[in-house]
Amino acid sequence: MEHLKFEFAGQQVPQTFEPILVGVVGSGNLEVLMEPGADPAHCTIAVTTSARGFGSIWEAVARSFQREHQLAGVAISINDMGATPAVVSLRLDQAAASLPSAKGVAK
Amino acid sequence: MSAADGIWNSQEQNRVHRLARAASALGPDLRGKQVSADDAVKLLTAVLECGDRVCLEGNNQKQADFLARALTQLDPAHVHDLHMVQSVLALPEHLDLFENGIASKLDFSFSGPQSARLAKMVAAGRIQIGAIHTYLELFSRYFVDLTPRVSLVCAQAADAQGNLYTGANTEDTPAIVEATAFKGGIVIAQVNELLDTVPRVDIPSDWVNFVIVAPKPNVIEPLFTRDPAQISEIQVLMAMMAIKGLYAEYGVQRLNHGIGFDTAAIELLLPTYAESLGLKGKICQHWALNPHPALIPAIEAGWVQSIHSFGSELGMENYVRARSDVFFTGADGSLRSNRALCQAAGHYACDMFIGSTLQIDLNGHSSTATAGRIAGFGGAPNMGADARGRRHASPAWLKAGAQARQGRGGVHAMPRGQKLVVQIVETFREHMQPAFVETLDAWKLAEQAHMEIPPVMIYGDDVTHILTEEGIANMLLCRTEEEREQAIRGVAGYTPVGLARDARMVENLRDRGVIQRAEDLGIDKRQATRSLLAARTMRDLVRVSGGLYNPPKRFRNW
Repeated sequence: MEHLKFEFAGQQVPQTFEPILVGVVGSGNLEVLMEPGADPAHCTIAVTTSARGFGSIWEAVARSFQREHQLAGVAISINDMGATPAVVSLRLDQAAASLPSAKGVAK
Repeated sequence: MSAADGIWNSQEQNRVHRLARAASALGPDLRGKQVSADDAVKLLTAVLECGDRVCLEGNNQKQADFLARALTQLDPAHVHDLHMVQSVLALPEHLDLFENGIASKLDFSFSGPQSARLAKMVAAGRIQIGAIHTYLELFSRYFVDLTPRVSLVCAQAADAQGNLYTGANTEDTPAIVEATAFKGGIVIAQVNELLDTVPRVDIPSDWVNFVIVAPKPNVIEPLFTRDPAQISEIQVLMAMMAIKGLYAEYGVQRLNHGIGFDTAAIELLLPTYAESLGLKGKICQHWALNPHPALIPAIEAGWVQSIHSFGSELGMENYVRARSDVFFTGADGSLRSNRALCQAAGHYACDMFIGSTLQIDLNGHSSTATAGRIAGFGGAPNMGADARGRRHASPAWLKAGAQARQGRGGVHAMPRGQKLVVQIVETFREHMQPAFVETLDAWKLAEQAHMEIPPVMIYGDDVTHILTEEGIANMLLCRTEEEREQAIRGVAGYTPVGLARDARMVENLRDRGVIQRAEDLGIDKRQATRSLLAARTMRDLVRVSGGLYNPPKRFRNW
């Protein structure tokens, strides 16, 4: 198992939400859990993955997700069993699509 | 012999000699055109001559496997240096011929399962390859400079006169037999059974010289069956993008799909996702396609007007028979396929080809060639190429042509259409192999196998769109080499090629619609789940077909 942690500054703080879970932990798949985060200025992404040595790709996937969504006050946990970057991006986007709109911003 | 000798019918005289040799070798064992399986080697020895061009019917699906085995048993001291001209090398026997010293030269199209062994034998100098063709190209050469002297073909049944019934898998047989029979050649057919009357005549008896009932039915592969259970959500997402961003965008009515899960997903989304977009009747009504089981739900939902097929698909016999408004069938009710004609149909009468690949480079050249394997491409290059000889218009063809010509002068100012050629591929294949590369493996293979040109399946200037999970890159709208490169990098995901993109230029291409992401197409990714598939298992396909589809055993998992 490899553990990776990313933290990005963001502006879009969602309104209060229940934790969102998408995907399953299975071969070539992963689960993404989105919860309210402690830090209202940042989004954190914690990855536990069975595939070692892909840190730079994880960082690129996380970075481009955050560039698109600009989240803050969100803590994301990922449990991965060798999903391709395509599946990771899809799950992240699916979870983000279920977030309520940002505070004071019509989505 | 030539005109100089005053002899103008040497080929016909030679055919008479060959037939006489067969008659004398077999004696009373030759009953009309019928030869017993035990005499197959004797017959082949009598009719073949050293250096003959021989077509041993090796198709994409059905195989003249009994005759292939018989041919390998010839004495190479007596028959050698045969020049094999056949579309597919599928069986080990096809290469044993070269190892045994019976054949020496090869012209072919596709060698899927034998591709690694073929590469080794070429490297060792055991085989001289004339050329690797497309199917249509090889059939064309049968009528120009690669006409077979002897053809060994495969049919379902024959009658006593030698009329052949090929059944649903007619495939290459008409093209092979026509070239051989009308140019002084000999046609030998293996059949599964002898009947008093064949259900229909696919090959007339006077084109056939000998018929052998094989001890076992011929080998045939279900190549086009894809179990919906194995379709991933990424494939569902890509299928949604294809339907909304390409099929609907261009109004594609006539098309061909490649083999694979990517296109199977599209077929299974027609009666669900495409239906919800109101596209029924507006897209996908006419097909050049084998009877794909994955298309059953769309056919049943009334999406499809017509399908002409290269070959058949095991298990689809009863379904096709019961849907003759859709498929081309004989008076007997069974499918009539024809690879040569369907290849021509796919090339000239279809507005779109969409299929998968293994590698795409920065110019958009696409290839499934990998180092250490000489596989060829079969029909894909003819499907996936603009038909330069096409002169009739259709909305999809005109729109693609207009996009390619917009704002251009000179020779490009003439209004003209273009075929849509789409490569659909996930950015990473299994084992994290990137589908986007700086240099195709085809270059290495060309060097290894001493090929004159790298084996490219679809050339970059024919590819109009590249579709990945990251989006669609429209090559028609690119105006410079640099734009093309960045459009490709812009859908190459997290592969090294994708990561090396110029982010600003890619965003600019996105603003211009050259690159479109799922969200740009108004696609909600939460919808990209397997529940969008009209059938999620093989059993679903059987159920939707009303029990008419009968999948081969290996696909029955219930």
